Amino acid sequence: MARIAGVDLPKNKRGEIGLTYIYGIGLSTAKRILNKAGISTDKKVHDWKDDELTAIRNIITNEIKVEGALRSEVQMNIKRLLDINCYRGQRHRKGLPVRGQRTKTNSRTRKGKRRTVAGKKKAPKK
Amino acid sequence: MARSIKKGPYIDHNLDGKIQTMNSGKVKKAVIKTWSRRSTITPDFVGHTFMVHTGNKFVPVYVTEYMVGHKLGEFAPTRHFKAHSGVKKEDAGG
Repeated sequence: MARIAGVDLPKNKRGEIGLTYIYGIGLSTAKRILNKAGISTDKKVHDWKDDELTAIRNIITNEIKVEGALRSEVQMNIKRLLDINCYRGQRHRKGLPVRGQRTKTNSRTRKGKRRTVAGKKKAPKK
Repeated sequence: MARSIKKGPYIDHNLDGKIQTMNSGKVKKAVIKTWSRRSTITPDFVGHTFMVHTGNKFVPVYVTEYMVGHKLGEFAPTRHFKAHSGVKKEDAGG
């Protein structure tokens, strides 16, 4: 079982895909890591030798911010926006889209499930 | 598209001048009234208080060092959403 940065990697997947199970590593980062370690991206996770695993682990711990450290960095960045009370911080606080998207419709990811408002009429003509 | 780095941060000319004279110590520090919401906050601005125009009134903004790199307008909202009429209970998120 390959365990990197506190995450168990799926053993039956190709190496580049397996690495993406770590928070902070996407496909391109995974490819870069494997290239640097000199391992084929097609090699399955359970086929990695111990020294290959160590090489990957070293690259990740030394060069890339992953998992807890990365999550806390993101949280710190948001907290900064909240603390200085800028527009983006206010949008975070209200749970609305931060980057200027429309909110008349859509933006359900930020707003969550629809909450029906009682007594709201269909747009009256005037 | 982001502004070219070559040009440096944008600051309205008259605002920049006021900050420079205040920081040089010739003039006493005072609240600066400004319409220039588009000016970027530079490290020179830290510690000053600005009255930033919202289109309706002026909102006081005290600049701290964490605000550097943002624009003045980001700290003075132009829209004030109170609540929808007829809605008694509105979630904080609403």
